[in-house]
Amino acid sequence: MTAKKNSGPVKWILIGISAVFLITMLILPLIYVMATAFKDGAASFWKAVSDEYAVKAVLLTLKVTGITLVFNTVFGLAAAWCITRFQFKGKKVISTLIDLPLTVSPIIAGLIYVLTYGRQSILAPYLKAAGIKIIFAVPGIVMATIFVTLPFVSREIIPVLTAQGTDEEEAAALMGAGGWRIFREITFPHIKWALLYGVVLCSARAMGEFGAVSVLSGHLRGKTNTMPLYIELLYQGYDFTGAFAVSALLVLMAVIILVLRSVLEQRGKGENDG
Amino acid sequence: MNRRKAKKKRVIPGFGLSLGITVSMLGLIVLLPLCSLILFSAQLSPGEFLSTVTRPRVLSAYLVSFQTAFAAALVDAVMGLILAWVLVRYEFPGKQIMNGIIELPFALPTAVAGIALTHLTTTNGWVGSFFAKFGIPIAYTRIGITVALIFIGIPFVVRAVQPVLEKIDPQYEEAADILGADRWQTLTQVILPEILPALISGFTLSFARGLGEYGSVVFIAGNTPFETEIAPLMIMSELQEFDYASATSIALVMLAAAFLILFVNAVLQSRSSKIISGIV
Repeated sequence: MTAKKNSGPVKWILIGISAVFLITMLILPLIYVMATAFKDGAASFWKAVSDEYAVKAVLLTLKVTGITLVFNTVFGLAAAWCITRFQFKGKKVISTLIDLPLTVSPIIAGLIYVLTYGRQSILAPYLKAAGIKIIFAVPGIVMATIFVTLPFVSREIIPVLTAQGTDEEEAAALMGAGGWRIFREITFPHIKWALLYGVVLCSARAMGEFGAVSVLSGHLRGKTNTMPLYIELLYQGYDFTGAFAVSALLVLMAVIILVLRSVLEQRGKGENDG
Repeated sequence: MNRRKAKKKRVIPGFGLSLGITVSMLGLIVLLPLCSLILFSAQLSPGEFLSTVTRPRVLSAYLVSFQTAFAAALVDAVMGLILAWVLVRYEFPGKQIMNGIIELPFALPTAVAGIALTHLTTTNGWVGSFFAKFGIPIAYTRIGITVALIFIGIPFVVRAVQPVLEKIDPQYEEAADILGADRWQTLTQVILPEILPALISGFTLSFARGLGEYGSVVFIAGNTPFETEIAPLMIMSELQEFDYASATSIALVMLAAAFLILFVNAVLQSRSSKIISGIV
């Protein structure tokens, strides 16, 4: 290709600009978090992350993420299946609604849940009568997290299923295979890497969601504080070492996710090529 | 004809089940909260709405959000284009790592990014102390907000442009070369028109995301009224005072702006977007 042949200096200038940008904007923050977390030695890092409230925040985050993943994986598979496998009226509406959470500010996502289940809502008397607490409690955090991460799984699967077409499944169905068997033996092998990547992205976002959860959590230490909220609390209390120590756990998670992503991408590519 | 086509399509089982799950989840998670937003907005009197959203402090928050998100999206468009170009066209050591790290802003929680960027860019931070020598403070200014939004938005542009750049047939460039175009002409007249829809799409996505971003910005912004207060923060503080009417009014304007941006984008979109959303 001509562009490759005669672009010596331009090539290295552009690579240089890219490298400087990525190092200062993306890599430096990671290094800074790690360096600050361990600034006062491993002992103080350990003390910060093994704090009673830190452990509770980690456990709550894992719980919220787990529930979110179950819902959004089932939803993602169902949505991708009905959107790519069937023609029906209202498909465009469904597709738009699935992507809607991507365009809504997390704060607004929190706001609409407050309006739905908060004191002034028409549902409020019924919820109170039934003794269900949603706002400023764990169910609210879970619902807002599901909302924010709703499109993540389906968006990864839909392009793969669209590209693959419906011929194989139709053939299998005509030959008498049942729905579960078609999914397991024909569809699933095609989408497994995309699905896994969607799940990985969804869990990253679920663990890190801040804005929406911040609106809905009552910031009750040890009760409704997820990891990002706990970090905010420490940071605002000028406990920087503590804040960065808990952040280091999330940085570690982010790095693992990026590595997983590269591996999944390579796997997916390898299988599609051969 | 239409019915027969529909029948033929439904050879594959699971329509009822998958549509049922999709619709009930969408109803519960997206539609119900959205309806309550609409219901609640309908109760607001127009006068109340207008007086809330035209408060000087609110107007200034809109302006700050708009300015910083726009500036960040512009930087992201330029840097994203360079990054996508470098990743598609060149071979060099460390390319895989560079490709992987692009998605860090998707994987790293925004609050973590926020506090790290803040500490880096204060006047005695690693990066901030360098710029402080030239009298440019970053943290707790609009520049700081823009920096956080650049961080958040960069993967949107790279991931929008990269696949399109990969698909461009090298024959076009060869043809342009043979016809006597120099490299600048080839770039601006052959390649740029091809990737422009994707670039615009990446720009609008990072712009829309920047308008609504909260987690990474609150720490670096300093949140001084009329200076560095962003619109999502205004909504947040109204909520903390349980003033749902004001919060909703401010949010409605933000939502309208986001939808307008995305609508413009949808109009400008190319066919590739249709494949992504599953509608062919």
